[in-house]
Amino acid sequence: MSALANRQGADDIETVLAVPGMHCAGCISKIERGLMDVSGIASARVNLSAKQVTIHHDPLLKSRDLVFAMERIGFESEPRKGNLARSPSAVKPLLAPLAVAAFASMNVMLLSVSVWSGADGTSRELFHWISALIAIPAIAYAGQPFFRSAWAALRHGRTNMDVPISLGVLIATALSFYEVVVGGKDAWFDGALMLLTFLLAGRVLDAMMRDKARTGVDALLSHAAQGAMVVGEDGALEWRKAEELSPGMTIRVAAGERLAADGIIVSGASRFDQSLLTGESAPVPGAAGQEVLTGTLNLDAPIDVRITAIGGDTTLAEIARLMEAAAQDRSKYVRIADRAARLYAPAVHTLAALTFAGWMLAGAGWYQSLVIAVAVLIITCPCALGLAVPVAQVVASGALMRAGIMVKDGSALERLSKIDRTLLDKTGSLTLGRPAPDPAILTLLPEDAKAVALALASHSRHPISKALADALTAMEIRAVSMENVEERPGQGVFASWRNIEVALRRPESANGVAVTLEITGHPTWLIPFADRLRPDAKEALSRLSKMGIETSILSGDHAASVSAIAQETGLAAQAEALPADKQQAIAQLQEEGHRVLMVGDGLNDGPAMALADASIAPGSASDVGLQASDFVFVQDSLIALPRAIHAARATMRVVRENFALAVIYNILAVPLAIAGFVTPMIAAIAMSASSLIVVGNSLRLARAAK
Amino acid sequence: MNILAFLIPVALLLGLSGLGAFFWSLKSGQFDDLDGAANRILIDDDELNDDGDGL
Repeated sequence: MSALANRQGADDIETVLAVPGMHCAGCISKIERGLMDVSGIASARVNLSAKQVTIHHDPLLKSRDLVFAMERIGFESEPRKGNLARSPSAVKPLLAPLAVAAFASMNVMLLSVSVWSGADGTSRELFHWISALIAIPAIAYAGQPFFRSAWAALRHGRTNMDVPISLGVLIATALSFYEVVVGGKDAWFDGALMLLTFLLAGRVLDAMMRDKARTGVDALLSHAAQGAMVVGEDGALEWRKAEELSPGMTIRVAAGERLAADGIIVSGASRFDQSLLTGESAPVPGAAGQEVLTGTLNLDAPIDVRITAIGGDTTLAEIARLMEAAAQDRSKYVRIADRAARLYAPAVHTLAALTFAGWMLAGAGWYQSLVIAVAVLIITCPCALGLAVPVAQVVASGALMRAGIMVKDGSALERLSKIDRTLLDKTGSLTLGRPAPDPAILTLLPEDAKAVALALASHSRHPISKALADALTAMEIRAVSMENVEERPGQGVFASWRNIEVALRRPESANGVAVTLEITGHPTWLIPFADRLRPDAKEALSRLSKMGIETSILSGDHAASVSAIAQETGLAAQAEALPADKQQAIAQLQEEGHRVLMVGDGLNDGPAMALADASIAPGSASDVGLQASDFVFVQDSLIALPRAIHAARATMRVVRENFALAVIYNILAVPLAIAGFVTPMIAAIAMSASSLIVVGNSLRLARAAK
Repeated sequence: MNILAFLIPVALLLGLSGLGAFFWSLKSGQFDDLDGAANRILIDDDELNDDGDGL
């Protein structure tokens, strides 16, 4: 490469590609090196966490060229919609407060230790003043995430975990400042700052997990600009974005492309994959005059479609409306930490008030009574309780993430742990959702024929060819080189190999989906394609029933193909369910007192997934499915299902243990505080010890996803 | 006691400079791609032509 040609120019533009397939150091260097060798590219920088690559390049290079270049390097990629739009991170706003709290607590602790080990007189006063100077601004800044959330809860007449935390911290700070001013003996700045540091660390971990899951899901979402090739009146073709389409336009849809609008076929005939929309697994034929829907995949041949509906009028938009209504329902779920806070906060505050009243009655002065009451508040400040839930959920999510299951939200684990009923969509959830060549026939093929088939299949972007190429590549077949390769739309791929005509083509007549492999002078092979059950499906289902979870199929597909799968798995099934029917089925089970898990992938599952108590989608799901789900599993195996439920149940067990530990700590510490024995040193030791015990207990979840 | 007048400011200054360094690294994007940073160490230098080389 010429370094000069690749130097960054002033008029270079930036393009961001999403690359879901990269995962290692090798991928980084392959992509960065490979892209730098393309002329016109000034720089390429991979972001592995976000699974993106940022490319500075000549404006003459279009994003399609970049995607093509990536394909040659061996990675699938898609341009991001909003080029520079980076999704906001939940971690970043918490990092600065954490750093400030950690810095301040270490410095204040340094001074506090000197006071505890005997500094008194003017040096104690000096130390207290310096502590106050560090601590008060630090608490004002680092405590904001808690103060804001507590204030928001109080304003709506509710309470959450942040209310007792904020009260404890603020009262400790105020009392300490008063002590410093009057030259008193005890200051609690170290305790307040340590509490903030611990809790912020827990929140940062929590946010990191969610960021990771979100970027993982983000990378799976298709960010390609939706649009279509519009046929002008003079026959000229022009690419228009989805927003620029309007009813009455004619669009040309190539084989392997998804429709961007509802419409009527004007010319051409093809077959359509509607599985994402309806759950139907068999391709639906369509010819001139017939209606086609947004989101369906054109399988065979290019067609011209006259648009009848776009945007808000399409079938897609109707599904989105159903989902929105269901999602609002679910947001009423109250997380376990907040339920604990509802019990905890009033109890603690009453206890502090009673302590104050008790000491007053016993004849202590109001100042001494107040100091002891505040000590009660500080020692009960829910450090361990605040960590009990997030740390357990973070450790469990990390374990699940390593097992290929992304957890989008901590409360999802809480909801999943209570599940006693599972509904499975068929196409794409229980099955792989894509046609796969019959493995028995593939192994029967002679080696030569396999290599020819791979070479032919790799020259086409048709989904069937891709499936065949994937299957053969997995068998470690090497493609032969061939000449005169030609892809004829609707027919197949044709080429010559060692001067023999070879072809991979659509069979003249076949039931279902198949291709024929023709090698002149050799017998013709028919390779049937079928959607198969996910690997380990039976094992997964039997594990679910062992866990006491009843499972059944809820599919939009035709009764015939559903019953075939139902027989194979031994599950009860409901077929031909529309999106609204699926919601109905879930609502009915919920009324009977069941907690329902919905496993689905398609657009038609979206409303049901939003209504269910918890939902899981495979990584191959539609964008709607991915967004509606609480969990996304990226590998093919269905074993992810029992694994996720098992981990969720283990998490809730540990959360309850953590609560118990926190309560035991309080039972031990509170009598001391009420009796007036607690000093800042005892408080610091007790609080950090209880926090560390809770963290240690949660770490046991690191193997929860086994 | 005089040593305190010297040591306490020194301790605070060191702490503050650490905090400042952290804020700087946060702002300059060094925490944007933690996975990538962890993996880049495994890439051989001569393999990767970063910007500005080859001159």
